[in-house]
Amino acid sequence: MKTKNKIRVLIAKPGLDGHDKGAKIVALALRDAGMEVIYSGLHQTLDQITQTAIQETVDVIGLSIMSGAHLPISEKLINMMKEQGLDDVNLTVGGVIPHQDIPKLKEMGVAEVFPGGTSFEDIITGINNLFE
Amino acid sequence: MGIAKYIKDERGAIKEVTYQSGIKVKPAYGPEDLKKAGFEYDKDLGSPGEYPFTRSLHPQSYRSRAWTTRQYTGFGTPEETNERFKLMIANGQNGLNVAFDLPTQMGYDSDHPLAEGEVGRVGMAIDSLKDFETAFAGIPLDRIGSGLTINAVATIMMAMYQAVAEKFGYSKEQISTTPQNDILKEMIGRGAWIFPVEHGVRLVGDSIEYAVKELPRSNPVSICGYHIRESGATPAQEIAYAFEIAKAYIDNVVQRGIKPEEFVGRFSFNFNVYGNLWEQIAKFRAARKLWAKMLKNEYGVTEKKKLFLRGLFGGGGSGLTKEQPENNIMRGAYYALGAALSGAQTIALCSFDEAYTIPTPRSALLSLRTLEMLMDEVGLRDTVAPLAGSYFIETITLEMEEKILEEMKEKDRAILFQ
Repeated sequence: MKTKNKIRVLIAKPGLDGHDKGAKIVALALRDAGMEVIYSGLHQTLDQITQTAIQETVDVIGLSIMSGAHLPISEKLINMMKEQGLDDVNLTVGGVIPHQDIPKLKEMGVAEVFPGGTSFEDIITGINNLFE
Repeated sequence: MGIAKYIKDERGAIKEVTYQSGIKVKPAYGPEDLKKAGFEYDKDLGSPGEYPFTRSLHPQSYRSRAWTTRQYTGFGTPEETNERFKLMIANGQNGLNVAFDLPTQMGYDSDHPLAEGEVGRVGMAIDSLKDFETAFAGIPLDRIGSGLTINAVATIMMAMYQAVAEKFGYSKEQISTTPQNDILKEMIGRGAWIFPVEHGVRLVGDSIEYAVKELPRSNPVSICGYHIRESGATPAQEIAYAFEIAKAYIDNVVQRGIKPEEFVGRFSFNFNVYGNLWEQIAKFRAARKLWAKMLKNEYGVTEKKKLFLRGLFGGGGSGLTKEQPENNIMRGAYYALGAALSGAQTIALCSFDEAYTIPTPRSALLSLRTLEMLMDEVGLRDTVAPLAGSYFIETITLEMEEKILEEMKEKDRAILFQ
């Protein structure tokens, strides 16, 4: 576990989906687990999310997607992160994610996927494990 | 044990029950409870179809007409949506409740960069009048009314609906549409708003004014407690905030020199059914009563029909689980039972697979059949408001009324659900 520095997480809402309760609740859970959390607010473009990640020097981007657009959004963001040299930033995705899409997300480079119903404990452990 | 609070003794027997709205439930109820709550027959209950409409809006209620079934439908292209509309209507559904995708809801064309990945996902994509024409082709728009579940751009959708109907040969006097058009609840509970508050509300006012003058069968706004509830509000808060939103729209239209009597009869509501059956029944009965009282006492509305709290009572989505999804079929049935015992005019259920996907034809039809069974098989049409006069129900309805009024005084708390 990363003990020396706090893990910095950007919780981000990409696209047009306005359902932000999940993102906000996960943000609070991660904060309570000792992480530093930045919340993007609604309706962020992927460019805005990448820029926020750079400026806030985060270790993790946690996307919250309920609209079903997780595959194209994640793929595009991963490419943009590569272009910006964010190689040491982990991308995680949560929300309404069908189980059959999890291997596809992992294959494109998403570090962890937390579909609806995942416990806070599993999300916290999952993120901590990225830094072991 | 559900979302009410239960305190039990060491043997597991229930000692205390407290509903979300703060109502404490006793082990049994009798005449003394009604007396204590100040219950008066004429003032608090009355005959079916009579003010304050605690029992029902109409004297014969479901005996004269079963509820309108209006499953939320729409996905992919206008062609696919049209096909599903026709499937539902062929299977007995008698109203439409149209789902639009997020780019359409937010005013973007399908080829806008921000729309990437979202086109046709959570509803159908509308980019032009031609799309609208395709979606409604072959639907008898004089017989089937359509809820247009869209808010920030509701005025545009309303105009498209009228234009397409006229193209199909229906006059604007024949068609019935209910755009959701409730921008304040988007700001509180759902997030799909574009314009700032003042201009958002002005557009709602514009569409009410237009409908009053030009569209005699349409309901220009459907005020939604539903989404505020999905954001975490209690039943009392759900009704309280919806009523405060309704008052904001009334005030906007009144400023234009139009009297409440002339337009409040066109308001429709969209409320949530979930959680505890009895608390929900008390909520709907208290809401119907309070709305009528408020219009009469605060806005001077006198005509009976204009005091009606009309609307869609829809099965809530957040109670449905992704795990063991078949359980949602039964949950939906109990939500529908609660709506029927509350005298819902119009009903919709989330389908059992909706926690993780767009409903399949099978799941959408299961919801429709669930709604029909209550009316056709189980006996919900036998007598009007079968729970009326129950010591328990009448007592908690009065208590719910108090809770709603308390929450209306604390309306600024609505911001907490943002």
